[in-house]
Amino acid sequence: MNWISNYVRPTINSIFKRSDVPDNLWTKCPECGTMLFHRELSENQQVCSNCDHHMNITPRDRFAALFDGGIFTEVKVKDPISDPLQFRDQKKYPDRMRAAQKATGEKEAMLVAEGEIGRTSIVAAAQDFSFMAGSMGMYVGNAFIAGVERAIAKKCPFVMFSAAGGARMQEGILSLMQMPRTTVAIEMLREANLPYVVVLTHPTTGGVTASYAMLGDVQIAEPNALICFAGPRVIEQTIREKLPEGFQRAEYLLDHGMLDRVTDRRKMKDELVTILRMLGGLPPAVAGELPPPAGLDTEFVEEAPVSKTPATAAPKGAVADSQKSAKPVAAAAAKK
Amino acid sequence: MAHYLEFEKPLAEIEGKAEELRAMARANAEMDVEKEAAALDKKAADMLRDLYKNLTPWRKCQVARHPERPHCKDYIEALFTDYTPLAGDRNFADDHAVMGGLARFNGAPVMVIGHEKGFDTQSRIERNFGMARPEGYRKAIRLMELADKFGIPVIALVDTPGAYPGKGAEERGQSEAIARSTQKCLQLKVPMVSIIIGEGGSGGAVGFAAGNRVAMLEHSVYSVISPEGCASILWKDAAKMREAAEALRLTAQDLLKLGVADRVISEPLGGAQRDPKAAIEAVSKAIEAMLKELSKKKPDALIKDRRQKFIDIGSKGLAA
Repeated sequence: MNWISNYVRPTINSIFKRSDVPDNLWTKCPECGTMLFHRELSENQQVCSNCDHHMNITPRDRFAALFDGGIFTEVKVKDPISDPLQFRDQKKYPDRMRAAQKATGEKEAMLVAEGEIGRTSIVAAAQDFSFMAGSMGMYVGNAFIAGVERAIAKKCPFVMFSAAGGARMQEGILSLMQMPRTTVAIEMLREANLPYVVVLTHPTTGGVTASYAMLGDVQIAEPNALICFAGPRVIEQTIREKLPEGFQRAEYLLDHGMLDRVTDRRKMKDELVTILRMLGGLPPAVAGELPPPAGLDTEFVEEAPVSKTPATAAPKGAVADSQKSAKPVAAAAAKK
Repeated sequence: MAHYLEFEKPLAEIEGKAEELRAMARANAEMDVEKEAAALDKKAADMLRDLYKNLTPWRKCQVARHPERPHCKDYIEALFTDYTPLAGDRNFADDHAVMGGLARFNGAPVMVIGHEKGFDTQSRIERNFGMARPEGYRKAIRLMELADKFGIPVIALVDTPGAYPGKGAEERGQSEAIARSTQKCLQLKVPMVSIIIGEGGSGGAVGFAAGNRVAMLEHSVYSVISPEGCASILWKDAAKMREAAEALRLTAQDLLKLGVADRVISEPLGGAQRDPKAAIEAVSKAIEAMLKELSKKKPDALIKDRRQKFIDIGSKGLAA
């Protein structure tokens, strides 16, 4: 041990390392094993370009791809009491929370946003599976309710992208109570005659499936998403037999009449726009990617806590599209 | 008493001895054991009081699952007259894990639904240990709709380890059935009271427990996951269920503090299984009080009251 090995070598190493290529440039598709370049993968909304396998996508990335021009405004969520049960297993609950916050850069497991998709106003909520398995606790319940209240105030549809391992055990019975709580919110939407569309993503399980994720007016799932109440392992242990191939996957549920549609993530936006405009009695949307809303002033953009304008903000044919769309949008505005 | 719980073993010994003495006395007329037996009885009574004074959460779980505890069927037989079971979900089957039908409570019509676990091997298998399948929840939805249509209050008795995790149950939409059942509870224009009489196991319990009032028996439990399940996930060791039961705060007393339960119904000393009649009587009084209170509310107010109750849950922690 001397100062060369202790100090100089690590310093030299770190200099070289810094100039090195970061090792997260490539992602291996867990399904087909293809190495995917990260930029390409994120442009493809985390869908493998080789086998169409849908990987997990964060709510922020999803919203950036979903909302017109990648612009959305976060809906504020009321903070619940933190660690209401003073829960402690091998770790303290607040420590687990902090670790999850650090790993994801997010505050909690659900993000709620408002904005336009295909010039159609919506409020959307998405669960973050990378945050404590997207588990439903009091914050998630509050976020869902906040989203519904915002949708009612704006008189627009509410779209829920679900992903969860179930209820958050560390909040005990209070997480279970989010099942009736979120259902109350769905009742409010129903009474306001506003569409509630659920997009079930991989995986959606437990108390989340057994409450808001199965109560949509329209139920869409992403391909191959696991959607269940009890997980396959629990069932195998209970019935002591092997489950069939594809059991509890989106296509299986579609076959069993539990879903309306299974839709590729990259086609989801168009499909949502089509459905929501029909449910809302609006004229058809114009096909193709639209530029950011015309009436958007700078103030609005600044207000948005998260605004991402991708390099491809002016897509091919955008001019023609916006001209074509001018009439229907005006008609829609007149209707309001 | 035929069945003693693990922590009641010392009690079993003393009560057993007293019983033995009395049996000896019956066989031999000259023997007088009454004094000794009475002393043992007193010792047993003291021990019972001490044991039940401060039950740990895990012990509460054991009492809540006690095989001789009065079950849904016992309550229905004792509480109501004219009980008329109504079967089937009109889609697939009749789920025997869920009992339900019209009945009279103190002379007035009510709709009762509840989980039944069964009392011996045969009936437990028939009842699927109180684990309902989708058709059970859909039967409950149908009965709640019927009650709603004719302005009849709904009484739900909750006692389930959870909804059944089986292949067919999943294929037929277990999660959708539970979600719709919860939703139906929240839509009712009639009063609905839910009573956790034993085990309130996760989502399978919620589908019946979104009533205007939720009461819990003193030694019942209501939890997001069983202590064993929680222990195997968070402690990676199912044997840590004591710690998990502690952490989950699943007792009636804690749930009252958290605002999840509206009232706790006292059980006879040693738990409902020691004196089922007294336990059923206490439940009867609680139902009467809750229905009386709710009978003054108009249909819209009942819906509003129920919604507000659930929206407000979580606004106070345990410390409050």
